[in-house]
Amino acid sequence: MFDLTGMTALVTGASGGIGSAIARALARQGARLALSGSNAEKLTAFRAELGGDHVAVPADLSDPVAVDNLVPAAVEALGGKLDILVNNAGVTRDNLVMRMKDEEWDQVIRVNLEAAFRLARAAARPMMKARFGRIVSITSVVGQTGNPGQANYAASKAGLVGMSKALAQELASRGITVNCVAPGFIRSAMTDVLPDAQKQALLARIPAGDLGSGEDIGAAVVYLSSKEAGYVTGQTLHVNGGMAMV
Amino acid sequence: MSETADRVKKIVVEHLGVEADKVTEDASFIDDLGADSLDIVELVMAFEEEFGVEIPDDAAEKITTVKDAITYIDEHKG
Repeated sequence: MFDLTGMTALVTGASGGIGSAIARALARQGARLALSGSNAEKLTAFRAELGGDHVAVPADLSDPVAVDNLVPAAVEALGGKLDILVNNAGVTRDNLVMRMKDEEWDQVIRVNLEAAFRLARAAARPMMKARFGRIVSITSVVGQTGNPGQANYAASKAGLVGMSKALAQELASRGITVNCVAPGFIRSAMTDVLPDAQKQALLARIPAGDLGSGEDIGAAVVYLSSKEAGYVTGQTLHVNGGMAMV
Repeated sequence: MSETADRVKKIVVEHLGVEADKVTEDASFIDDLGADSLDIVELVMAFEEEFGVEIPDDAAEKITTVKDAITYIDEHKG
């Protein structure tokens, strides 16, 4: 089950916490990866660590030209085919709405939502020809629940869900599924530095009583990328220990 | 019949799975050949690949019949 041998995948934000866990999970199932990220050095180091014949294709997703070049570059580097696109890259520019600057709004929407749209549009081409494709976007529980200080981020993540549902309907007849994975609170460098009191308050909201791990997200992406998930499209798989049930 | 017409018709038959004799020059992709809007996008992609032409979106929107496609390709192929 969930064997990805012979399949190729482009993963954005691949050197980050969740992104690297997704990449590891896909690679473990046999997929060949094009790893993308904005920090070329970090990306090259991660590629080396991962081993295998994966490729690194750095790109700054806040630059629309770089975004439009990314899928063609990945397809070429992967030998002419692209089976899986994982839109994982995301940024935050947290601020209360009343203090939020236009640039803070724009940057988050541009990287989290617009880049995902541009990449999906480009990836749909080779996928339509192949009559097979998997597009998985990493959204967030806050796209569903909202979160003070994250109007831009929550909007971008909710936007991914709506876009994926529309695209899922457009492409279903061609063997292409389009889904989202919505992580809850995942253990990361960011959550590690939270004060204990805040950590306890956070955990009290999570029925599972623990933060999630990157591996939890990687497993969800593997499932939605697999042939076995071919009848699942337009869905959001929430991976959050029960903190929000939607 | 021109060579372009033959190749266009072959692509249409393959992509839409229709009988070759239904693919007349006056046939409308949507009204006569049962294509939907996604089929049109795919046909345009296939024409671009077969003939090495670029068919921008505003031109693609005007291609509604087999003849429209043949004419556009003949005018633009290198």
